[in-house]
Amino acid sequence: MSAGAQAAFRPKAWTGRLAAATVIVYALVTMVPIAWIFMTGFKTPQDSISYPPKAVFEPSLEGYVNLFTTRTRQTPEYMRSLPPPETWYDELVRSRSMVIAGPSKFGERFTNSLIIGFGSTFFSVFLGTLAAYAFSRFTVPLKDDLLFFILSTRMMPPIAVAIPIFLMYRTLGLSDTHLGMIILYTAVNVSLSVWLLKGFVDEIPREYEEAAMIDGYSRFQAFYKVVLPQMTTGIAATAIFCLIFAWNEYAFALLLTSGTAQTAPPFIPTIIGEGGLDWPAVASGTTIFLLPVLFFTILLRKQLLRGITFGAVRK
Amino acid sequence: MAEIRVESLHKAFGDFVAVQKSGFTIADGEFFVMLGPSGCGKTTTLRMIAGLDLPTGGRILLDGEDVTFNRAAQRDIAFVFQLFALYPHMNVRQNIGFPLKCEGVGRREIHRRVEETARLLRIDHLLKKPVSGLAGGDRQRVALGRSIVRRPKAFLMDEPLGALDAEFRAAMCQELRQLHQRIGATTVYVTHDQLEAMSMADKIVVMNHGVVEQFGPPQEIYDNPATMFVAGFIGSPPMNLLPFQGKVAAGGRVVAINGAEVAVPQLVEAPTHDKLVLGVRPEHIRLGEDGTLRGRVFGTEYLGTTQIVTLETEHGPVKARISSKIEAQPGETFGLSFITERLSLFDTDSGRALRSQTGEAAHV
Repeated sequence: MSAGAQAAFRPKAWTGRLAAATVIVYALVTMVPIAWIFMTGFKTPQDSISYPPKAVFEPSLEGYVNLFTTRTRQTPEYMRSLPPPETWYDELVRSRSMVIAGPSKFGERFTNSLIIGFGSTFFSVFLGTLAAYAFSRFTVPLKDDLLFFILSTRMMPPIAVAIPIFLMYRTLGLSDTHLGMIILYTAVNVSLSVWLLKGFVDEIPREYEEAAMIDGYSRFQAFYKVVLPQMTTGIAATAIFCLIFAWNEYAFALLLTSGTAQTAPPFIPTIIGEGGLDWPAVASGTTIFLLPVLFFTILLRKQLLRGITFGAVRK
Repeated sequence: MAEIRVESLHKAFGDFVAVQKSGFTIADGEFFVMLGPSGCGKTTTLRMIAGLDLPTGGRILLDGEDVTFNRAAQRDIAFVFQLFALYPHMNVRQNIGFPLKCEGVGRREIHRRVEETARLLRIDHLLKKPVSGLAGGDRQRVALGRSIVRRPKAFLMDEPLGALDAEFRAAMCQELRQLHQRIGATTVYVTHDQLEAMSMADKIVVMNHGVVEQFGPPQEIYDNPATMFVAGFIGSPPMNLLPFQGKVAAGGRVVAINGAEVAVPQLVEAPTHDKLVLGVRPEHIRLGEDGTLRGRVFGTEYLGTTQIVTLETEHGPVKARISSKIEAQPGETFGLSFITERLSLFDTDSGRALRSQTGEAAHV
């Protein structure tokens, strides 16, 4: 009774605790799969499929070694004929009666992901910033229709246009090229970036540029020196959203890339096929794949937080 | 230093006409105030002088040079915004020095001139502070500093005191006027506050619905309002406007209001019809026992040495400013008499004042 009465008198403390509990539970739920993947990456293949799953296990780097190498199975006679292993990973592979044949393609695919992901993010944000400024400040003919048209590209799943894009790319020679993938992801992301950034530009009073222009600066200088520094929050938030999309995109990457420009998402599942179900290798690839977005988000987290709550709080 | 001439300026936003056929001349070194209710076109006019908006007609001359379609950057004019527009990513020193950086002034020279400007405005102790933490009055000083550091030909100010607290406002009014006296640059100041306008201006232009209603020194605007709008806008409380029907010829000195004869300044122009309005300032009304024009006291506002008495008359409510010593109880009846040479007559149709001799004298 008295506890209930107390809670009623301190509604803020009570709702605050409830909110905190909800957030913690939600965070735990969403983090379980990530923790699972992270742990599986350090398990041996046997541990990874044991039932019930082991929460405590002896960590092994076998998954990571398998991720970065290709291996061949050899006869015991051949294994005995080899000189003693030079490195720890040689030893690890030989203990499975295999030898390392060479590096795998994971490094290459990961680099492709970095080039295409960050490249398309840069162009989406760059074009988005200029377009958002123009839509916000100038009288553009058919402004509302154009903005709606830009948004409408998001109204269906991009994969709905996969076949025309596949045919166009084949004709233009853009299939399986970095440039082709950057153009594609930029085209998809630019709608998001224009709309997000327009909101941010709208929030910046015109007086800032007008003051700069009266003080002798050109419009572009005013934009560059006065508006852009105030847009950093919005640009950071937009960049993260664009990167997350481009980084995780699977369907187009599977369809349009196969070799030189293949990104990590369609590559990682192919690891499964190489000599049995190698879950630790898949899990370690996924773990590494998560890192760039994680670092990028941590780097810009202050701006992201301010960006998400932007406009909700009056200055 | 510059003279600014505005000739039949016109601005339309689509179907909406913001400014039409506006013309006036701002003399070199003058403190010029554009006064009017919100939406009257004063800010639009100011923005056209600055080059932030382009007019749809007319000309703007700066020292005789046609700058109507020049870019804002080419006009050498400074603008102080209502919300200050201090760049939030720069500190006070960088804000004030920003216009100089554009002109390619050397770093040492910028440093020197920023210090000098800051001393003039007494904000030299704030130079290293970020602008976000400043108080309203200090923000205003930084905005002023940013405009005077460049020594432009003219200052344009768009309700610069509108965002300040009342206590700051009176002090800043005085400061602005002093600053103007020290620098002597042509200043165009936009406000909807007649007290600000009256206390600071050398000349005032009163605007309404995009039209210039009157243009002249404060006293002329107060004493001889050119239109009924000006009469009803200026003064606190504003001029009493009493509509009546009556014939009066050029040279006439008396009008008959419902049988009561009221002496007026000698007219030099005859009205074309008999629907007229008598304008009388509250302080030019005397209350007495006699008088054919009578009013019943409705309420009083005590203001210290004077009081405002509202009387119900046949022509509507009339406000009189009289000494607080006179007792006026609600319900009491008084006779109203006016100070003849301070009266105005207006034509109801055009809204314009009929020219009289006292009015003419003031115009010369």
